[in-house]
Amino acid sequence: MDRIPILRMGKFLLVTIQIDLYDRLATNLESDLVNMVNKTEARGVLIDISALSIVDSFMGRILGNIGSMSKIMDAETVVVGMQPAVAITLIELGLELKGVHTALNVEKGMELLKEKIGSSEEEPDADEDSID
Amino acid sequence: MKTDITKMLQKKRKQILEDWMTNQLEDEGLREDLMSNEELREQSNELLDALLKALTAENVADAQSEDFEMVHEILSGISISRARQGFSPRETGIFVFSLKDALLKNLQSDLKDDPAALVDAIIQINKLMDNLGVVTFETFIKGREEVILRQTDEITEISTPVIRVWDGILALPIIGTLDSARTQVVMENLLQEIVASGSTIAILDISGVPAVDSLVAQHLIKTVAATRLMGAECIISGIRPEIAQTVVHLGIDLSTIVTKASLASALKYAFTMLKLEVKKVQNKAAL
Repeated sequence: MDRIPILRMGKFLLVTIQIDLYDRLATNLESDLVNMVNKTEARGVLIDISALSIVDSFMGRILGNIGSMSKIMDAETVVVGMQPAVAITLIELGLELKGVHTALNVEKGMELLKEKIGSSEEEPDADEDSID
Repeated sequence: MKTDITKMLQKKRKQILEDWMTNQLEDEGLREDLMSNEELREQSNELLDALLKALTAENVADAQSEDFEMVHEILSGISISRARQGFSPRETGIFVFSLKDALLKNLQSDLKDDPAALVDAIIQINKLMDNLGVVTFETFIKGREEVILRQTDEITEISTPVIRVWDGILALPIIGTLDSARTQVVMENLLQEIVASGSTIAILDISGVPAVDSLVAQHLIKTVAATRLMGAECIISGIRPEIAQTVVHLGIDLSTIVTKASLASALKYAFTMLKLEVKKVQNKAAL
């Protein structure tokens, strides 16, 4: 059974979707991701969908759900690398992905996440790091 | 009897051409500025030649006959080229109908003594020439429509340029009415350019949009939302006072979108977002 790997990178979780998502895969990703956020106490989730060329309303909703779920578990979600065609489709479907941040590419997405997390708890982390 | 007409006309070809030319040159609507008399004579000669050649005793009563294909072709060519040159429909019409006058005049003088045959001949020639007139108009309008279509294509092509005004800032001036089809083009161009250039801010300038109604506003909101999904911020600039009035009167909510009065202030805002600063250089000589 296929699964989308979730990578941990410091306080963040990285998900790169390389294949077209079918419904079962998407729901699995949703539950896996929420479990991972809980287990690792991640503060941010970065989802790269640059390889995704087809979306439907279900996929759009899953992305929105992941954002909302992470939010109430105190993690920010950034979706990066959306294709123009995908963006247009989502807008035509009336899905604006509220509660999810977006960035052009992974680099900018990481910056955005650091900015979001950094503003809430920068000092204690920085101190810990210097002690280590 | 019928052979008489066609033979007669063929024999008097020269006279008909002269009469036709006189008719055309006498007309007030003659456009010497668009076409010289020599050129006009050449066109007339060519058409008359083809017509008289195609004309036989059998087909003179049948305007739809295939024998006239050549005539139709020549006429279509003339008519389309006239449409492109800017002749009015009236001027194009007179070209054909003055030929009818010339033909009838010659028939009249030849068949003076036989009124019955004259009426017969006139009816036939009338039918034939009316048909040619219809062909002329059909192709004339087709030519005009082609011109219009080409212009429409040109307008859609030139009207949606995406400009890189700064590293990371795109500007898209929209000129003309925004309908669904154009919004689609604008949106696709913008999103593709955002990906290609890696820009984080897009400025939509609508100072060239004549009117904003709820539909246009809907299109704008969609475009802004799509840019946001891509991970870029979208600013709408060029909100003229009239546009602001209509938007508020229609109850359109633009509060979720960053709007600026001019492109300059939008650019300023974009600089602030990118933490850029524009400074005036101190002139050393003055110090």
